[in-house]
Amino acid sequence: MSNDYSERLGDLSDATKHIGKLNITSIANEKLFSYMETMLLIRLTEQAIAKLVIDGHIKCPCHLAVGQEAIPTGISDSLKKSDYVFGNHRSHGHYLALGSDLDNLLAEVLGKATGCSGGMGGSMHLGSPETGFLGSVPIVAGTIPVATGAALAAKMSAKGQIAVSYFGDGSTEEGGFHESMNIAAVYNLPILFVCENNLYSSHLDINLRQPNDKISRYAKAHCIKSKVLDGNDVVSVACCANQLIGDIRSGAGPAFLEVITYRWLGHVGADENIDVGVRRSQKDLDAWKKRDPIKRLKEAMIDNGLLDLTSLENMNLEIQERVDRAVRKAMAAPYPSKDVLMNLVYSG
Amino acid sequence: MNNKINYGEAILQGFQYLLSNHSNVFTIGQGLWSPWYVGNSMRDLEKDFGKDRVLDTPVSEQGCTGVALGASLCGYRPIVIHPRVDFLILAVDQIVNQAAKWSHMLGGKGNRPTVTIRGIVNRGGEQGAQHSQVLHSWFAHIPGLRVVMPATVQDARDLLIASVLTDDPVVYIDDRWLYDEEAVLPPPVDLTLIGIEPNLLREGDHVTLVGASYSVKLCLQAARQLENENINSDVIDLRVISPLNVDKIVQSVSKTRCLVVVDGGWGPCGLAGEIIAAVSERMGPCQYVTSRITLPFAPAPTSKVLEDIYYPKVEDVVSRVKEQFNKLNQ
Repeated sequence: MSNDYSERLGDLSDATKHIGKLNITSIANEKLFSYMETMLLIRLTEQAIAKLVIDGHIKCPCHLAVGQEAIPTGISDSLKKSDYVFGNHRSHGHYLALGSDLDNLLAEVLGKATGCSGGMGGSMHLGSPETGFLGSVPIVAGTIPVATGAALAAKMSAKGQIAVSYFGDGSTEEGGFHESMNIAAVYNLPILFVCENNLYSSHLDINLRQPNDKISRYAKAHCIKSKVLDGNDVVSVACCANQLIGDIRSGAGPAFLEVITYRWLGHVGADENIDVGVRRSQKDLDAWKKRDPIKRLKEAMIDNGLLDLTSLENMNLEIQERVDRAVRKAMAAPYPSKDVLMNLVYSG
Repeated sequence: MNNKINYGEAILQGFQYLLSNHSNVFTIGQGLWSPWYVGNSMRDLEKDFGKDRVLDTPVSEQGCTGVALGASLCGYRPIVIHPRVDFLILAVDQIVNQAAKWSHMLGGKGNRPTVTIRGIVNRGGEQGAQHSQVLHSWFAHIPGLRVVMPATVQDARDLLIASVLTDDPVVYIDDRWLYDEEAVLPPPVDLTLIGIEPNLLREGDHVTLVGASYSVKLCLQAARQLENENINSDVIDLRVISPLNVDKIVQSVSKTRCLVVVDGGWGPCGLAGEIIAAVSERMGPCQYVTSRITLPFAPAPTSKVLEDIYYPKVEDVVSRVKEQFNKLNQ
């Protein structure tokens, strides 16, 4: 482990690099198809949500992760339903990649009783305990200590479970993040910290918020093993996560995965936000769209003869139909009954 | 044979009972392996139950509170310890934003946040503004939290057990000024906070005295002095200040028409004002008087001369009651 804390992201944050097709030779074909399906599901779902926002059907704040689909897709491949996963304000992808129910997500963002949180949470408060997604909340570093506690529970229970904490680069500027990293290191907890470094916190560029754009330097400082990757390369995310998660399960203690990515849309809502982002320009956005995680996998699969344009189009249509069905079902679903307002406050 | 135990030992007994009888209970916080922080209330727990169930932590109020919350969502019933309420303020995001709202905002799915947050009030002795606070009213303002303030030796133990075994986040606040109170207790049993009501500790027709935690002691001492002057008091120990149940207070004030609330916190937007308001909303059209005794609206001082005028005393309660009683009977 290098002790150089001044090393920067370099190439990894350069939109013009890492745009070629992926190296997929180390991965089984069925896995590649499954990654493609999951990433398409996340993308098409979020695009449907964006449309519902624009059309005025969704009122709750929606933080979309279009462009970031490879990260939860790659990581979830090594997770089990008995693991404990926590998200944040931008968690549709975290939720879906675990195989959580699509209908329930659409219903939730529309505030319906059939939502994954009973219509009480909206986009920012998602849960799906049956798939291991214990919760997401919009207080930025809020779930990092909570996920660390789930890791303590996993260690105490000694059944080989692990915890995963997803957070953005902005949350590493809050104290709860550092307290959690310290506790996880001191107690040797089975947790994977995943920093989705999309180079922006709300409107503000990372270079205007931190003296260095490489977040994993904090892991070094807390004596936690870390890896830094192109977050738009699903194969590399999946392989690295698989190794880290395997180590964590076998008692190696916490690990930190920094994945560099970029969101195509604004901090919140359905527009591209190039007007409010400090240093966020159309030029950058266009460049990052060429580093599209879906496109790069698609090109590699076509190149290797695993996929042709027709079968890809069919896959796309099939998923789009699933999403459209979920939207229709959610639109027709009932709102929560008025008694839940008071009935859910206390256990009795 | 003297089987009396004191308030601090009663808390210890509560921990011993919980750790012995419930394998999903553990406790975590700063100073747990040092009696210096938590008095006699957790003595030797780490020796008796192991350091993997009695965890001393880094200096991380927010972190360790969130850790306890997270473990609770995975089926545990942790008790997180803050040796001073003042430091607990650093954990407020985890208590107010996360624990209190978790079940509600996630539609009641999954495990409930069965975490107990113990804050110890440790004031006096010239400790000053950041080592002396009681902030129960803050937490009683938050839906989703239960706030528990034991006044008696038995409640110190039993309300701890009930807090831990109730399926909600609970803020349990004990006061070191009560640690030398003594009583003989029956054996501990499993309990829940659901249905726990304020206790009428003393009956009288002339005045209703209401307090929580240490304030109850002041009320009882004042009641004894007032009895010598033929003023008889109902003394009501709130026990649980949120959700607040004022039925007994309304009943009592309907009889005495004189309500004096003693609170160890500040007046504005505080517990005493809330009780007076909640009772007023329920009272019929009759004449009654109300008054509250709280801290001066200033941070705690250090100098003993100022401390002496800062904390309410029994004499303050006695004279306020007489003043109110005379007002009513003019």
